[in-house]
Amino acid sequence: MTTTLGLSRGAARAQGIKEYATTRRAKQDHPLWFLIPALVVLVVFFFIPTLFNFVYAFTDWSSFKTQINFVGWDNFVSLFSSGELINSLRVTLVYAVLVAVFQNVFGLALALLLERDTTLNRAIRVAFFIPVVMSALAVGYIFQAMLKPEGAVNGIIGFLLGQNVEIAWLGSTTWTIVVVALIHAWKWMGLSMLIYLAGLKTINADILEASRLDGAGWWATFIHIRFPLLAPAVTFNVATALLGSMNGFDIVQATTAGGPGGTTELLNIFIFRTFGQGLFAQATTMSLVLFLMVAILAFPVIRALRKREDVL
Amino acid sequence: MSIAIRKPAPRRARRTPSRWLQPAAAILVAVLLLGIPFWLVIVTASKDQAEALNPNLSLPSTWRLFENFATVFVDGRMWPAFLGSLLVMVPAVLGVLILGSMAAWILGRRSSRLLAVLYALAISGIVLPPAVVTIVLLLRQLGLAGTPVGMVGVYMGMYLATVIFFVTGFVRTIPPELEEAARVDGAGPVRVFITIILPLLMPVLATATILICLYIWNDVFYALFVIGGRLDTLPLNLYQVASSGLYLQNWHLIFAYIILMSLPLLITFIVAQRKIISGITSGAVK
Repeated sequence: MTTTLGLSRGAARAQGIKEYATTRRAKQDHPLWFLIPALVVLVVFFFIPTLFNFVYAFTDWSSFKTQINFVGWDNFVSLFSSGELINSLRVTLVYAVLVAVFQNVFGLALALLLERDTTLNRAIRVAFFIPVVMSALAVGYIFQAMLKPEGAVNGIIGFLLGQNVEIAWLGSTTWTIVVVALIHAWKWMGLSMLIYLAGLKTINADILEASRLDGAGWWATFIHIRFPLLAPAVTFNVATALLGSMNGFDIVQATTAGGPGGTTELLNIFIFRTFGQGLFAQATTMSLVLFLMVAILAFPVIRALRKREDVL
Repeated sequence: MSIAIRKPAPRRARRTPSRWLQPAAAILVAVLLLGIPFWLVIVTASKDQAEALNPNLSLPSTWRLFENFATVFVDGRMWPAFLGSLLVMVPAVLGVLILGSMAAWILGRRSSRLLAVLYALAISGIVLPPAVVTIVLLLRQLGLAGTPVGMVGVYMGMYLATVIFFVTGFVRTIPPELEEAARVDGAGPVRVFITIILPLLMPVLATATILICLYIWNDVFYALFVIGGRLDTLPLNLYQVASSGLYLQNWHLIFAYIILMSLPLLITFIVAQRKIISGITSGAVK
């Protein structure tokens, strides 16, 4: 209750500067205590653990010791000198960029392919949304089976080429991250497709008619008129794809578990692995690294989201 | 003038060559990208262990789909896992919807510098990743480690931001006059919120429900940290079934599990697909 009063006074002062109706009425009609349950949950389950991240990354917290001592930057130094920090950061960034590109290219291509509202197109759109609804872990296992050297994908390629093909799709230190990013994009492309379809629907038919009368072909109309008008959909899709893949875990864990040779070891995979080994401080340090990376990269994203909300 | 130009006739004439091309391309893409993986899942889930050892697209010699279902249902402890999934998902979703819309109503109606800061903090969780390791530490200190309550709290902390963001934007589009009418009749803020605001929020709450159910039902990462080994959920049990040595090469059981586990969301989605799709897309592009 004291908190409520404190908040109200602060709010009232601020309202003196930024006028809004009559202050007292606003207070009574929309009381600040409505905020408290949500704020309590956020503080306990989101903000305090995040603050703990900044503390426990500088300790030797592990399952092997009963006491927790401060060790300064030791965790960062050891993770940096072992190369694991840089490797996981690089892998996570490469993965995020690849997923954002693939998911949007596939999503947009599907949206253009299935743009007309025919019964067939509607049915196929629904089918492409099934992977979105499925568990990412399940998707990972399906593709692990498909991409085995003696699996279905090699079988189909071999059938088309007329010879035995045994490509180790998930065993290449160079290309496996691309394959895994493709699987991630496969799971989410249905969502991007829907967003792009909705974006295409909002484009005014008169503009397209005008461009047609000016003699623009399908491709010219797309590049010069429709794609620029899809900007809000692109922003949304790129932002969600980047954020989703930077926090990625399930698909990579189910297909490669970080291998081969750590070339698909996302930050979350590293965190899970070291946590399982009882190296809690190391896991916390990587969790802090992930937090900082997303926070630094997310500022432009937040700005875009808030701008979008102003338009609404 | 413009009416005359917008006649559909010339457009249809222009599209004649692609009349069969587009459907053919659409079917081909769907078969290649979706048909093959889904076919693999169904035929492999219907084979016996020897046939499924190396999953391929051939038909099973005898269909054993329902026998395999029965096996994973018992061995994969699906019934407890289903109840466990519901036990964490339902309270978490109800919790974020109620607490989130309460907060969003105030944040959408009042404005001050303090509230602007609170709003920015509250929605920061859309972007910022949860501190998954220290959450476990905090839950241990609170005595909630490995409990459904702890898991519900973690999910609520993660998804409140999404609800507050969507609902606040929606609250601002509701005319304040609707609340005034109730207030004139002497209704207090709680009555106004329950009888006027909550019913109006239903469309946006429906969308939020779908998204959050999707995330929580399929989440394995946060569940592994918070309740792994202590409580069964469907994705956690899938992870155990697939990574335990006993099942390592039992693709028929893994795929049977995947089919059973996906059915609840899949059926919900197919029944309500029109509403779900329009709900998800309406917020995204405007």
